[in-house]
Amino acid sequence: MGDDRNPKALRATLSSHSARNRADEAEAVHVSIKSDRDIIFARQKGKELASRLGFSNTDLTLIATAISELARNIVLYAKTGEVYLKTVKQGERRGLSVVASDEGQGIPDLQRALQDGYSTSHSLGLGLPGVRRLMDEFEINSELNRGTTVSVKKWVP
Amino acid sequence: MEVPILKQGPYLIASIQSALSDEDLVQLRDALVAQVGKLRSRGVIVDVTALDVMDSFATRTLRDIAHMIRLRGAEMVIVGIQPEVAFALVRLGLKLEGVATALDLEEGILYLNRKMGESGKEMKHRGR
Repeated sequence: MGDDRNPKALRATLSSHSARNRADEAEAVHVSIKSDRDIIFARQKGKELASRLGFSNTDLTLIATAISELARNIVLYAKTGEVYLKTVKQGERRGLSVVASDEGQGIPDLQRALQDGYSTSHSLGLGLPGVRRLMDEFEINSELNRGTTVSVKKWVP
Repeated sequence: MEVPILKQGPYLIASIQSALSDEDLVQLRDALVAQVGKLRSRGVIVDVTALDVMDSFATRTLRDIAHMIRLRGAEMVIVGIQPEVAFALVRLGLKLEGVATALDLEEGILYLNRKMGESGKEMKHRGR
């Protein structure tokens, strides 16, 4: 099921990061999002990584749901894109970083997309304020006709 | 993965077994809406106990199914939403407005029985 198409390429992108903190043994998974089936694969992979970090069941569900929404936005708005899942460390804190990026049209009104109630009520994806509430850190970059990158993190409490 | 639909007296029970793709959910919707007519079912139970994630699409599709079933003259109840899933739905701001939910299969059947009882009484009342 799913396709972990290019594990070598993935490891290559990772090595620059893990070289900095070799002791962390950062784990990472990259999932190409091409259809709605990949959404399930991405969230399952995210859950696996997060459970190894020791997140509670509730947190695992919050993380998986956030990944699902971010991957869904890719399918809905950009058709294809990438989800990068990575364990991260900051001092004593350990956490999971999720980066969802696409080269789609970008979000025309970012302010509005980050407002509560925009699109969530109709559930046409986006739901960015919701994703923000599921995770601890949230960052978004969107450029018209260039694409969108959403980076979120959750720390093990 | 297709969701099996069981007929249990006047009710249909759809037991979701694993994570569903969007396509599976749409298929479930179409199957339930059709089966309710074919088998003249009075109620539908969708058991989501096995779902570890309900995102916006799943929630919206389940809400759509419930409303469509009602338009077809039957009642639907969603059972088995896990505590973690409920928490995530609330955080995400997703609502199952106008959709009946119950703790588990047993409570779901009791809910439908009660609903059937009510509509039976109403009919009798109207008959007088």
